[in-house]
Amino acid sequence: MSDEIISQGEVTPAPIPAAAGQLLSVKQGMWSAGTGDTSGFDGIVRSTWMPAGSQPPFGDWYDAAVARVAELVESPYDRVVFDRGELTLYVRAEKLVEVAQVLRDDAQLRFEYCISVSGVHYPNEAGAQLHSVIHLQSITHNRRLRVETSASEENPHIPSVVSVYPAADWHEREAWDMFGIVYDGHPHLTRILMPDDWVGHPQRKDYPLGGIAVEFKGAKVPPVEERRRYQ
Amino acid sequence: MSETTVKGEKVEASPADFYAAPGKEREYTSYDASGPGDFDDIAAAQAERSDETLVINMGPQHPSTHGVLRLMVECEGETVLSIRPGIGFLHTGIEKNMEYKTFTQGTAFVTRMDYVAPIFNEAAYVFSIERLLGIEDKIPQRAQEIRVLFMELCRIASHLVAMATGGLEIGALTVYMNGFREREVILDFFEATTGVRMNHEYFRPGGVSNDLPENAITQLHDLIAWLEEKLPEIPMFCDANPIFRGRMCDVAYMDLTACFALGMTGPVLRSTGYPWDLRKSQPYCGYETYDFDVITWDSSDAYGRYRVRMAEMFESLKIVKQAADRLEASIGQPVMVDDPALKWPSKLVVGPDGQGNSHEHIKHIMGESMESLIQHFKMVSSGFKVPAGQAYVPVESPKGEIGCHVVSDGGTHPYRVHMRDPGFAHLQATPLLCEGGMLADIVVAIGSLDPVLGGVDR
Repeated sequence: MSDEIISQGEVTPAPIPAAAGQLLSVKQGMWSAGTGDTSGFDGIVRSTWMPAGSQPPFGDWYDAAVARVAELVESPYDRVVFDRGELTLYVRAEKLVEVAQVLRDDAQLRFEYCISVSGVHYPNEAGAQLHSVIHLQSITHNRRLRVETSASEENPHIPSVVSVYPAADWHEREAWDMFGIVYDGHPHLTRILMPDDWVGHPQRKDYPLGGIAVEFKGAKVPPVEERRRYQ
Repeated sequence: MSETTVKGEKVEASPADFYAAPGKEREYTSYDASGPGDFDDIAAAQAERSDETLVINMGPQHPSTHGVLRLMVECEGETVLSIRPGIGFLHTGIEKNMEYKTFTQGTAFVTRMDYVAPIFNEAAYVFSIERLLGIEDKIPQRAQEIRVLFMELCRIASHLVAMATGGLEIGALTVYMNGFREREVILDFFEATTGVRMNHEYFRPGGVSNDLPENAITQLHDLIAWLEEKLPEIPMFCDANPIFRGRMCDVAYMDLTACFALGMTGPVLRSTGYPWDLRKSQPYCGYETYDFDVITWDSSDAYGRYRVRMAEMFESLKIVKQAADRLEASIGQPVMVDDPALKWPSKLVVGPDGQGNSHEHIKHIMGESMESLIQHFKMVSSGFKVPAGQAYVPVESPKGEIGCHVVSDGGTHPYRVHMRDPGFAHLQATPLLCEGGMLADIVVAIGSLDPVLGGVDR
C-alpha cells in the first residue's frame, strides 16, 4: 500500500478546500424535546456530523482522478471526502454538467456508466438542504465514484446530467418526485412513482410517514345515522 | 358527429368523448372497446378511416407486464410507433418506511422489493451497512459461504422465473411448467433454512440470521442432483425450437453503445458480448475463490439474453456445488460476526412446536444473567448504532447491478436508503427496444429485460 502512495508522488495534489462535514443533527437530553425529560440528562448536547472533507493523499488511483478533474475544470469542488474506501466529490451545482462531461469523456477518467441518482434531504444544512448523489462506474478502469451536489430548499435547482448520461433520466425524475429537486435541462421532469396530481415530496424529512388521507374519486362518507349497521 | 360502419351497419361513435375536457366539443373519432364491435371491428373501422394511429393502454393489469406495468403504445396497424412505460403502481414507500425502523428491521423491508430475487436485495443492503460499520473483513467464513450458496440458488430461481414467464408469454407452456417446478424445489430448500419460501429476512448485518439446519447438506445434494437432471430439459426444448427462435431472434435488439448510454447491466449487457460481471470484476463474499465463467452471447437480442440466462444457471450450479463442499467442511463454525454490540442476541431453533428462540438462551437471560437480558432488550428494541456516513455497495443480481445507497446519521435507524434496482434502469430502454417493431414483440422485449415491478417501484 505504501509503495502505491509513493508511486503517486508525481501527481500534483488538486487544490481542495478544507471543509468540515455537514451537521446532521443535534440531540439534547435523553429524550426528544418537549417530553418533560426528568432524567437529569438535559445538560448533554450531542451533535452528529457527516465525515469531514479529506485532503490528499488518498492512495491508489484516487489522487490522480481528483487532480485530473481539477485540471480540466476550474475549481470544481466544494470539498472531497474519502471515507470507507469510497470517494465522494462534492461539486458546485454550476460546475456539475462540466464535471460530468469530463468524467465521462476523459481517457484517464472514463466513468461511462451513471449507475444511479438519489436524493437526500438534510434539513439542518442551511442553504444546502437537498443533495443529489450520482454514482458513477468506470468499466474501462473498473472504478467507482460518487458525485454529490446540493441545493437549498428555497431554490431547489440542480442542473440535469441527462445530456451527458441518458441513464439518469428516470433517476432524476424519481429525485424530483420524492425530494422536489428541480433538474434544470431535464427533457420531461414529471412525477414517476407518485400519482401525477400528488402534492408534496414524500421523502423529505418534514413530510410525515402515514397520516395522508386515502382519496377515492367521487367517494362520499355518509352521515353516521345512514351507515350500515351490523346486528 | 363522425360516422363509421361496422359490418355494413352504420355505427355512431360514442357520443361522450371520455378523453376530452369537460364541456369540450369532440375533436376526433375515438374508438373504444365498450362500443358495439369486437376489437377486430374497431381495428377495421380505424383502418378504413386511416385518420389516426391507435393508442393502446397495455396494463397496468396486463399479465404479460411482469407486475403492474403500464405501457402506453401508439400503433399504426401492428407497428409500434411510440411506447411509453408508466410505473409507480406498486410504489409502497419502502425507502421512507425504513427510515423509521432499525437497521436490522430494514432487511424485512428490502426483501420485499424485488420479490423474485429477494436474497439480492438483502445482500446489497446488508453489505452497505457492513461497510458503514467497518466490519467487512470480520464476517465469518461460514457466513460468507452460506451467502454465496443462497445468492447462487436465488439466481437460478430468478432466471427460472424469467424464462418461465418469458416462455409463457410466447406460448411455450412447457417451459413455464418446468421452470416453476424447478424453482419450487429451490424454494423448499430456502424454506427449510429461513422458514419462508420468499421474503427471507435471512441476511443480517454481520452474517446470516441462523445456521443451516442439520439435514441441510443432504437436502442440498438432493437439490443439486434434481437440478442437474431437470435443468437441461429447458434448453433441449427451447434452444433450437423454430417457433421459439422465430419469436426471440433479432427482437429487442440493443447494442453495446446503447447499453452503456442507458446504464444496462446484467444479462442485457452480457448478451452484447461484453463480459462484465461484478462477481469477477469487483468480487465480494469471496467470489474470487470460486471457479466459474462469465457467460456472454453475441446477438444483442432477446434470444441472446435467454441463452445467457440459461448458461448462467449452469455456472451458478457449479458455484453451488463448490459452496456445498465448503459448507460441509465448515459445519459448526459461527455464522454471525463475533461482536456482542452487533449480533442478534438470541438464536432460532426448530422445536417440537415450530421455530422459536432457543431454550438455552431463554434460560440464560431469564434465569442466570440480568446483563444478558438487558443486552437482549436493548438490541431488540433499539438496535445498534451505525457511524455517520454513506456507502454504496453493488451486487451482481440475476437482473443486473443492484446496489444500496445507505446514509447513516450515527443513530440506530438509517437516515436514507435508496435501492438502485436494475429493473428501474432497464425499463427506461423500453422505447428503444420496441419502437418500430411489432406489437406482439413488446412482451418479448419486456420479458427479455426481466423487470420485477416490486423492485422497480419499491
